[in-house]
Amino acid sequence: MNAARTEILRRIDAAISRSAPVEIPRTYRGPSGEGRGSAAVVDLMQDRLVDYKAVVHRVEPAQVRAVIAAALADAGVERAVVPAGFPTEWLPSGPAWVQDDPALTAAELDDLDGVLTTCRIAVAETGTIVLDAGQGQGRRALSLVPDYHLVVVLADQIVASVPDAVAELDPTRPLTWISGPSATSDIELQRVEGVHGPRRLVVLLVTG
Amino acid sequence: MTTDLGMPAFAPRGVGHLRGDQSFPEAAREALGNKQLRSNLGRATATIRTKRAAVVAEVPDWADLRTAGAAIKDAVLADLGAQLLRLEKQVTAHGGHVHWARDANEANRIVTDLVRATGQTDVVKVKSMATQEIGLNEALAEAGIAAWETDLAELIVQLADDRPSHILVPAIHRNRTEIRDIFLREMGRAGVPAPAGLTDEPRELAEAARLHLRAKFLSAQVAISGANFAVAETGTLAVVESEGNGRMCLTLPKTLITVMGIEKLLPTWRDLEVFLQLLPRSSTGERMNPYTSMWTGVTPGDGPQEFHLVLLDNGRTATLADPDGRAALRCIRCSACLNVCPVYERTGGHAYGSVYPGPIGAVLSPQLTGVKDNPSLPFASSLCGACYDVCPVAIDIPTMLVHLRAEAVASKGMKAERAAMGGVSSLMRHPRLYGAALRMGRLGRILGRRRGVIRRLPWPMSAWTRARDLPLPPTETFRDWWVRTHGSP
Ligand code: SF4
Repeated sequence: MNAARTEILRRIDAAISRSAPVEIPRTYRGPSGEGRGSAAVVDLMQDRLVDYKAVVHRVEPAQVRAVIAAALADAGVERAVVPAGFPTEWLPSGPAWVQDDPALTAAELDDLDGVLTTCRIAVAETGTIVLDAGQGQGRRALSLVPDYHLVVVLADQIVASVPDAVAELDPTRPLTWISGPSATSDIELQRVEGVHGPRRLVVLLVTG
Repeated sequence: MTTDLGMPAFAPRGVGHLRGDQSFPEAAREALGNKQLRSNLGRATATIRTKRAAVVAEVPDWADLRTAGAAIKDAVLADLGAQLLRLEKQVTAHGGHVHWARDANEANRIVTDLVRATGQTDVVKVKSMATQEIGLNEALAEAGIAAWETDLAELIVQLADDRPSHILVPAIHRNRTEIRDIFLREMGRAGVPAPAGLTDEPRELAEAARLHLRAKFLSAQVAISGANFAVAETGTLAVVESEGNGRMCLTLPKTLITVMGIEKLLPTWRDLEVFLQLLPRSSTGERMNPYTSMWTGVTPGDGPQEFHLVLLDNGRTATLADPDGRAALRCIRCSACLNVCPVYERTGGHAYGSVYPGPIGAVLSPQLTGVKDNPSLPFASSLCGACYDVCPVAIDIPTMLVHLRAEAVASKGMKAERAAMGGVSSLMRHPRLYGAALRMGRLGRILGRRRGVIRRLPWPMSAWTRARDLPLPPTETFRDWWVRTHGSP
């Protein structure tokens, strides 16, 4: 194995011996933080999510609990996993809330109707929600195996652009970028929403 | 494995999928007879072209992103050894293991040994060009290990014992009825059978795939993936996908083995801000693909607790050694160049005989194997330039093709150049007009010099590419060059 490493590095050295260092022109729009949490950015986020066929609710903080209750009832979600750190004041009575402690097996997760999470950051231009397995989000399997995923996004978590998000994320955490429900276009390029990831993605955009 | 100092180390023969059993013109002639294939491809490429054009047009700084993307990749290539060592250090520091593979055989051996060490005989796989290139599934099968493809299109291809024909949508040569028949016939033999009464509705077919693979995901202990990007600075790997099969493979199993070409590196974390914009829009024509997973080594309590990264050469250092060819290593496998290529649209992916089809395949495969082993591929192009125009990392494929053609003609193994040239011309129904159009394109070079692009080419070129802007064609067209150096074509 070390012989392979030595050999590949030697080949590379021989191949690029006369290469000059390359300047990277960053004239594109970099991170600016502009518009974060503004009405325009929330509007754009909503528009993009709808385009991906996610269900979007725009709500005031005081309505979160009631809207979650209605959304879950509507989808027939009776047992859902709630990661540690998800605000308990948002949990309506009715559904059974399952904790990931001790860690649920994949089969146990598959048995549940859904999952509720918060997020780390969201990108309006691309309608992307990023989870970093932090508080209220849980480990990656939680937002993957159950077939229904409800995410609560606070307005001031929404940035305008991809560079804004990359600048804020911590690469040492496991990151999942989610842009709409899972989808495939593999059969005659006809888009079908919902393959292996959650087939239903419901997003609460909390403003005010 | 001997070290031939000074000899470029090409991808070895007898393993993997970089060489076809036929020359391109022979295979192309067969493909041209397949009407179903041509109409599927025509519709598919037209659809993706339109989507791509729309989402690229809405990005005001696309040209700047493209320039930066090309420069970032060039920066990696100019400093590849040091960048790989940085990556290795970071991955190791975060609990991963890094392996180096000089070629396909070595990579297959490393992965087989790693799977064997887990005691498992089944692995789940995320679509990966690198593992197709090295023929990993075949190597695992020889060792008694079943590798299950989990991408829907790859599943279709695997169940049908077929070959992928497009980088992004590998089963594009199959229609829905064929897919239903394959599912009904084959799924039961591979695990959970297709539901009886399955129709050819794409939604139902996707549901059948979900059910079939669910059992495999939930019990999988080992996964094998490729990687779209690896960040040298942080040791972070990224996989870009749509269906969630990638997330399943990257999250649920205990052991994850990632096989990655050494050119997939980005120097810094920040560079992702460029590529996460360039790739999805160029590839599927979406603002963002549904899922992107990023991980750095092992995260305690979350995802695979054992992580192996296999760094693959297999002809990449040989490609790097050619200053006129190395830009092919910038490629991020978006497949935009396939979708605009008039030759690809007519022949499909199989004719290229390699896992890398289309314009990028025509320049990459011959460099990985040595031009001698793929002498007809550099001729699998009309040099219209549409591929360069759409390429998000600005690979000048037409110029590279001309360079490789010269090499092919010079190489002793090149017996088929006449056949190759004849074959490509025969793809175009009006070779004379085509020649004339190319020459007018050259005229366009003079006319368009100030802006560096041509807005519209005369018919029939106008019908062959719907790209918005074409780069300037080379000063001498291939046909002119051929006539000048060889007499009549
Ligand atoms: S050569 Fe360019 S356009 Fe073609 S697949 Fe690679 S990155 Fe995409």
